[in-house]
Amino acid sequence: MAEPQNTSAAAVNSTPQGFVYLPLIVGWLVPGAGHFLMRKWGRGALLAVSILGMFVLGLAMQGKVYAHSGDILDMLGLVGDLGTGLLYIVSRALGLGADAVQVTTADYGTRFIVVAGLLNVVAAVDAHNLRTGRKPL
Amino acid sequence: MFTPSHFTAVLLFALFASTVFGITMRETPKRMVRYGAYCFVLFVGSAILLSWLMYFIAR
Repeated sequence: MAEPQNTSAAAVNSTPQGFVYLPLIVGWLVPGAGHFLMRKWGRGALLAVSILGMFVLGLAMQGKVYAHSGDILDMLGLVGDLGTGLLYIVSRALGLGADAVQVTTADYGTRFIVVAGLLNVVAAVDAHNLRTGRKPL
Repeated sequence: MFTPSHFTAVLLFALFASTVFGITMRETPKRMVRYGAYCFVLFVGSAILLSWLMYFIAR
């Protein structure tokens, strides 16, 4: 009968303190930063290299960075692109990815950019799970 | 400008996506590596399989 008490005591002790959404927000804004915040340096570095690499290669392939438009497919692309956080804002501010598609690989580049955003959201949620204890550190 | 072949693009896509999947979907480093490798093989393998399928359909 002592086990349930121990379990509840452990649950109280492991309750996260502070703002639990910080790794989620920071991880979304800067790829890998959510894991850096949780002191997961190796994982954060691999995530940052993967997501940044995918985004940069997408731009290098003349991929398109979606902007707001009435087309539903463009809206879905925009949602994916927004997942890259600050990378999206910076690339839009610099006018990157705004050129007309001229080569076959540009379509691949556009997908690389969208998928980089989606993967970054997955990584940010993983950092949030580490923070809340849903995933063991 | 970077203009990879279709297969190089598949390899790069698979490498990056598998790395993120491996880290985020498993808990221990050993299982992360195994799951990442599994995803990479599935990405590349399915691309090769579908390519051959489309090759024979087109003939």
